[in-house]
Amino acid sequence: MGAPSRGGALLQVQRFLGSRGGHLAFYVFKRVLWLVPVLFFVILVTFVLAHAAPGGPWDRNGGRELSDAVRKAKDIKYGLDKPFWEQFVIYVGNVIHFDFGTSLQSEGIDVKDRIFTGWKYTAQIGLLAFLFIVPVGIGTGVIAALRQNTWVDYVVLALSTAGAAVPNFVVGFFLVILLAIIPYKFTGGNFALPVSGPPADDAWFGIDIHYLMPVLTLAFLPIAYIGRLTRSSTLETLRQDYVRTAWAKGLPERKVVIGHVLKNSLIPVVTALGPLFAILVTGSVVVESVFQIPGVGKMFIDSIGARDYPVILGLVIQFALIVAIANLIVDILYVVIDPRIRLE
Amino acid sequence: MAVAVAGAGAPAAIDWEVPEQVGLWSDAWRRFRRNKVAVIGLCLVGILVLDAIASALLSTTGHYLWADPFKQDVNNIFAGSSAAHPFGQDELGRDVFARVLKGAEISMQIGLLTQLIILVIGGLVGLTAGYFGGWVDNLLMRFTDVMYAFPDLLFIIVVVAAMGRSLLSIFVAISVVNWVNLARLIRGQVLQLREKEFVEGARASGSTPLKIILKHLLPNSLGPIIVSLTFGIPQAIFLEAVLSYLGAGLPPPTPSWGVMTHDGYDAISADPVLVIFPAIAIAITMLSFTFIGDGLRDALDPRMRK
Amino acid sequence: MEDLHTQFFTSAGVVRAVDGVNLEVFPGETVGIVGESGCGKTMTAFSILRLVPQPGRITEGKITFRDRDVLAMDEQEVRDFRGNEVSMIFQDPMTSMNPVTAVGAQIQEAMTAHSRFSFQEAKRRVVPLLKQVRIPEAEQRAGDYPHQFSGGMRQRSMIAMGLSNEPAMIIADEPTTALDVTVQAQVIQLLKALNQELGTAIMLITHNMALVASICSRVVVMYAGRVVEEGPVRQIFESPQHPYTWSLLRSVPRVDFEIAERLVSIKGLPPDLTRMPPGCKFHPRCRFKVDRCETEEPSLDSVGPSQRARCWVLMRNVPEAEREEAKAESAVSKDAANVLKEVASEVGLTSAPPGA
Repeated sequence: MGAPSRGGALLQVQRFLGSRGGHLAFYVFKRVLWLVPVLFFVILVTFVLAHAAPGGPWDRNGGRELSDAVRKAKDIKYGLDKPFWEQFVIYVGNVIHFDFGTSLQSEGIDVKDRIFTGWKYTAQIGLLAFLFIVPVGIGTGVIAALRQNTWVDYVVLALSTAGAAVPNFVVGFFLVILLAIIPYKFTGGNFALPVSGPPADDAWFGIDIHYLMPVLTLAFLPIAYIGRLTRSSTLETLRQDYVRTAWAKGLPERKVVIGHVLKNSLIPVVTALGPLFAILVTGSVVVESVFQIPGVGKMFIDSIGARDYPVILGLVIQFALIVAIANLIVDILYVVIDPRIRLE
Repeated sequence: MAVAVAGAGAPAAIDWEVPEQVGLWSDAWRRFRRNKVAVIGLCLVGILVLDAIASALLSTTGHYLWADPFKQDVNNIFAGSSAAHPFGQDELGRDVFARVLKGAEISMQIGLLTQLIILVIGGLVGLTAGYFGGWVDNLLMRFTDVMYAFPDLLFIIVVVAAMGRSLLSIFVAISVVNWVNLARLIRGQVLQLREKEFVEGARASGSTPLKIILKHLLPNSLGPIIVSLTFGIPQAIFLEAVLSYLGAGLPPPTPSWGVMTHDGYDAISADPVLVIFPAIAIAITMLSFTFIGDGLRDALDPRMRK
Repeated sequence: MEDLHTQFFTSAGVVRAVDGVNLEVFPGETVGIVGESGCGKTMTAFSILRLVPQPGRITEGKITFRDRDVLAMDEQEVRDFRGNEVSMIFQDPMTSMNPVTAVGAQIQEAMTAHSRFSFQEAKRRVVPLLKQVRIPEAEQRAGDYPHQFSGGMRQRSMIAMGLSNEPAMIIADEPTTALDVTVQAQVIQLLKALNQELGTAIMLITHNMALVASICSRVVVMYAGRVVEEGPVRQIFESPQHPYTWSLLRSVPRVDFEIAERLVSIKGLPPDLTRMPPGCKFHPRCRFKVDRCETEEPSLDSVGPSQRARCWVLMRNVPEAEREEAKAESAVSKDAANVLKEVASEVGLTSAPPGA
């Protein structure tokens, strides 16, 4: 029984790998494997650069100058006295065991815990922005394309061009002036939207008005980006022969638009959701700095300033992982929605 | 016979010939000029470039375009607009108008010089990878994978931190991160063109690789390269501004727009106008370059040619 | 089947793509519409289904289908007319099917868009329809996507889609140009069979005279947006009266010549539809023109039993000797065309613009 069943299993494996789903599984496997060297290089480069930066983690310790003896003791405690390459090897060894060390700035706090606390805020803002970006971006893009060369189209086009070119922190400034400073001046100091800090602890799902401006700021550029992309892709699709075929079949407008136009024109939009994650991550750095929110973005800037090596590296690794996973998910989605795509 | 042809009596002047072929560049320029927004962008950029050149030249002789952008006046901090200081004075009493004018110099340097560096590195690597393939190509593609694994801004922040906060390190950081895109673009162009008949013809007639690259490949892929570089300029200006805003770019006394937004935002409750001037300057500059980029892309798109 | 009568005078924008065309197709008839590319054949077909693309518009005229005015229909009525009573098969099977929807689903959708069949019936009909157009293993292939089909299979699926609602008429717009020769023959056989078995009227749009000869009973020749000659196929082939038809027939492929090369033998290009020459639209390219042709446009007049032509001269009035001379000339111009082609490819070798 052993031999034939083994042969059957082998055949099954072969058949699986030959199928579309099998190709996909194999592709995902390859991509995940490829992530290992990529992450290694990201760690190497960041490690070298972070340590090459002038100054060290003990320079600004609550404003007090530390004596050389204390510095030396701290160096020994955190292994910073060892040769550079030894430090690197130890770090990589620890990372393999999911040990990212402890923060040097807030001594004794596990890097994983710090990052996790920061994510609470970053994820909330990012998710709210995402929920805002996708429907608004795609919606305006589709409407503009369907009403090409009408005033709706021109307004969307103008706003999305401006949105894609104006930096997000500038958007943040204008929101602060518009929603906080002007109301404050006009109400004689009685009313202003909060411009900084996280929501109160007892807020509903941890979300309150503190997030209004950060979310708007973060969503501004991606909405423009997704809107522009959707518009041009939909216009391109509307010109396709198969859309004419759909009309010639006598389909109602709704079915032509949804089943034939959007089904094709949203494919490039879905693939743009991968880069969108990178944009959101980058955006969070800026937005959290503008609005003083203790998320991972602000943590990154702070840890670079404080030369808090373990936190810098921990954050870099998780940013790289997020971008990679987002891109992988998008690639899988791509295969699922477009039957023409075959992965090598 | 519903068709009435005007001037049926004098048809001699009508020629049924195909119109004369127009050159690629004059044709592109004609289409660019028709794009009003792009022309406005070009004019604004022209003003900025003049401002930058003038302030750079004057500073070598110890003169200023408007006033000394570094001179402090502690008796007049947060002073409002006046004839001497049209944009008012900042938290150290410095003239905001003078600083905005000087800021153009830094932004233009960043925008243009980084693109030059990117063109040299990206061009060389892209052409080599595309034309010869092999290990150069492999290395480029693997390098791209690593670069794509990580958001640009974060990487630039780390590089600038490592090299110290200076103009030079910002040049290096932006160029090091952004040359990859151009290299990939050029590689793709070359791969596409390499298979075209006219290149094969040139190769068959015994041209050297360098000659083929310079004479055939480069002129043919020039359009997309120019467009990519044009879009790279506002990107670089943005990166410097955001870096300086975050306190990770140029150090404080520098009259860069990014530094000014940083200082201005700190003082926003005292004088909300301070942050507006550099912010608008950044926005207008980026918009202008984006308009030019859009215009160029449409004008150079061969599909748009009639 | 009721009397099918299509008639219209249209014009699409300033480009007079279709400029006063009178045309009728009778039930069960096969009509060929021939002419060079850009002469308004395809736009005529689009006009019938009111599918004229932006910025085109039907500005004048009347289209009547079974005593109903197509141009006066509201959105709902025109929707039910398209694909149900008159359906269309497009030029390029590669781009005419939605790439991300299974072929079977696309055919089914054509039926569910109309009320002739219930949802269940529509679902059941897909495989028999594919079998009818000779798709092998139709049961399995119905779930395939267009990119998994060959060009010929796609075109046959398009035909299946076109006949799924058993329409009174199918408009086939160059159904064979994108296909290779053996596949072309299959598609033509299929159309012929359809016409004979189901009595579906077929309007075949093509530039290929041989194709018309093989399946059509009547032929309409178009030039510069108008009908220049029409009549029964046999009669037109035996005695074409318009010089343009005559030249087209001289370009019927023979064993030793390619179609394209022979077509070059009509010197010059069709006129720019925005700047039409005065008089007869064909006169700048006509070998037999008289003075009158340059100033006055002829009307479509009867020239024989059910044959009409739009010409002042008419080929039967041209002496035999002059015709022979023209034939000889066309042979010379063919050589000239070959030389031109060579020159063009050499020029392309040195100065091809990017993406050209």
